[in-house]
Amino acid sequence: MSVIGRIAIPAAACAHCGATVAPVARYCCAGCEAAHGLVEGLGLDAFYRRRSAADGALRPDAAPPVPLAAAAVAEAPGLWRLDLMVSGLRCGACVWLVEQALAAEPDMLAVRAALTTRRLTLRWQGAQGRAEDFAVLLGRLGFRAVPFTPACLRAADDAETRSLTRALGIAAFGAMNVMLVSVAVWVGDDMGAETRGFMHWLAALIGLPTIAIAGLPFYRSALAALRARRTNMDVAISLGVLATAAMSLSEAWRNGPFTWFDGATTLLALLLAGRLLDRTARGRAGRAVAELLALQDGMVRRLAPDGRAEDVPTGAVRPGERILLAAGERLRLDAVLEDAPGLFDLAATTGESLPRPVALGAAVMAGAVNMGAPAVLRVTAAAAEGSLAATARLLEQAAAARGRFVTLADKAARLYVPTVLVVAAGTFLGWWFGAGLGWQAALVPAVAALIVTCPCGLAIAVPAVQVVTVGALFRRGVLVTSPTALERLAGIDHVVLDKTGTLTCGTPSLLPGDWTPQDLRAAAGLARGSRHPLARALLAACPEAPLRRDVVEHPGQGMAAGAARLGSARFCGVAAQGDTPVLWFTEGGSEPVAFHFADALRPDARAAVEALRSLGLTVEILSGDAPAAVARVAAEIGIEAWEGGAIPEAKRARIAELRVAGRHPLMVGDGINDAGALALAHAAVAAPEAQDLAQVAADLALRGEALLALPEAVRAARRAQALAQQNIAFSLAYNLVAVPAAVAGLVTPLGAAAVMASSSLAVILNALRAERPGRWMP
Amino acid sequence: MDALIALVPVALALGLLGLLGFLWALRSGQYEDLDGAGARILFDDTKPTERQPQ
Repeated sequence: MSVIGRIAIPAAACAHCGATVAPVARYCCAGCEAAHGLVEGLGLDAFYRRRSAADGALRPDAAPPVPLAAAAVAEAPGLWRLDLMVSGLRCGACVWLVEQALAAEPDMLAVRAALTTRRLTLRWQGAQGRAEDFAVLLGRLGFRAVPFTPACLRAADDAETRSLTRALGIAAFGAMNVMLVSVAVWVGDDMGAETRGFMHWLAALIGLPTIAIAGLPFYRSALAALRARRTNMDVAISLGVLATAAMSLSEAWRNGPFTWFDGATTLLALLLAGRLLDRTARGRAGRAVAELLALQDGMVRRLAPDGRAEDVPTGAVRPGERILLAAGERLRLDAVLEDAPGLFDLAATTGESLPRPVALGAAVMAGAVNMGAPAVLRVTAAAAEGSLAATARLLEQAAAARGRFVTLADKAARLYVPTVLVVAAGTFLGWWFGAGLGWQAALVPAVAALIVTCPCGLAIAVPAVQVVTVGALFRRGVLVTSPTALERLAGIDHVVLDKTGTLTCGTPSLLPGDWTPQDLRAAAGLARGSRHPLARALLAACPEAPLRRDVVEHPGQGMAAGAARLGSARFCGVAAQGDTPVLWFTEGGSEPVAFHFADALRPDARAAVEALRSLGLTVEILSGDAPAAVARVAAEIGIEAWEGGAIPEAKRARIAELRVAGRHPLMVGDGINDAGALALAHAAVAAPEAQDLAQVAADLALRGEALLALPEAVRAARRAQALAQQNIAFSLAYNLVAVPAAVAGLVTPLGAAAVMASSSLAVILNALRAERPGRWMP
Repeated sequence: MDALIALVPVALALGLLGLLGFLWALRSGQYEDLDGAGARILFDDTKPTERQPQ
């Protein structure tokens, strides 16, 4: 390894994942040590010199890899193909490492990892079960791989983006080549009529197919709108482009002074570029959401009648079958508890922050997390009929209602299309009958008026602002997935916040107690080996604790290493009982100490609520948790309006009540119990780490930890709305000069091109102002 | 005018060639992973990533 390579990693950083470690340590954990050994053993240590994501994201997880073999597809006998979504694939070096490490396997035929979509495609020959070995290898390197879900596929394999790209390529080709001919006509005053006619037909030869093919995305959308008896911006664009093509053809026919094919093709190219940028910006957010969802989409461990356990997809489990739920695992199906009473965290389904004891034979809803010992449950409903599916159906209905939202651009188009038609028709009739021009000559100023009114500036006015804003928000961890989300977010006047998982972290965190830092350090060392939520919370409080290698996990009871024990009261020989989450720790017969946990407020919750208020919004809490717990949080943050004990129906009723009262509520939530309310609200935001259904129901998703991103998103949406309005007003003002000139027959194709380009440029430059960084940024 | 008769088709043919190249690149998936393609060029392939089934 070169000297430069050694310097690239700071002394106090883990040699594998780059997380900060104690000065003498080389690795942050045993997993990283193993991964580093593996990478060096494969001769791939160039990875460490080249990777750019060095922040602990690559730390190998203790989680067992998700079973993958079932997802492999046979392409031919003995020839397998597997598509995976790899979380943690963040830089070019990661792509290289994954590809090289897997290509070193002897039976591997092809490895291809895509950075944009996080998609890894493997093809190998031999046994299907080899997929598990590859998953283990990826896991040891620090990457988590899950099968590529249909949602991921929709987000990644985007046929519409491809067809837009193709249309843009064709439009750009056509525009440039038509321009070649048009410029000759513009400057060729001394050109003979015969040559000019040749040039016109040449322009038509290039221009007509271009307009026919590259304009298809606009024609389709315009037709759909007209069928629904509406007008939108695409109707205006299609009208302008097609009328220009027809008029140019007529001009070529009678060998007039100019054809306008250049204007029509350039307009298409510009608009397609804008549309493609818009789609790419939102597509990136959509892929990030699909990635978060795929990580939640797990397998279920089914118990066969003979007691054998096998991993199957959630959809394959039938009612009446028994499943095994590990400690810390989330239940994906509705079930009843079978073998012993258990302890479940119901935060996602009811909003309760304290885990609740569940009696033998009691029903547990999908979404609950097992906080106790591994539990055996009997499934009561298949995935397609369970409570999750019912909520999903509810969301589809709500999404349809939301689709009827009228955007600013559509409002402008509703005014614009009839006005412009009247102006064009008036111009045509005026020149034909009034001034006695031939109908073909009269067509020229009429269509010039159509195209010079700049559907271009108007059509780019809103998307340009959206592209810049969505991109800026993406970098700050706000994923905008709905095309109308920003406009709706700008219009909100009231905020409804969920408590558990939104204002609070949703996961237990360590409370201060009568333990010493030495106790914590020793206990966290034991906790390092466990996936139990409380053990992870303990480790989070002391991340630098050294790993104990001799730890033995007693499922449902605790961890033991030598004389040290960490776990339930009974496991540590304590008689104490309580209903709050607690871990006991004892070392070699010493007096046991208790670590108490609670669902803590997000550190920036108070600041976020204050920022929302400073934006002129009223705030209330709507939670399914016990009223006393909600009151405590409300008092701590300083919110007067709160409601506790709200079941999902009550949440939806509250949002509906607000809407009937004429308010525009923003709902912020994270759980399955919030999904209905999220879908019903004027705008909806999924809190960080939200459940998949909540993310689907929301228009925006917060990634990372910061709740402060919420007021910033509202501010950005309002700024975007103001800029979009400015842009539309500017485009319309432009027409006050351009339209009379066109109607008077003073505009040449060159003049129209200049007007079009300058108005588009002005609108785009104005849109760039949306990226001014917010005040909350670190 | 004589020059035009030769030059215009040549210019168009060259442009068309570029367009066909673009369409081929699009179809063969070269626009699928723009971030990855930018990073990939910086790495040497120490081992082949494609093999034929035996």
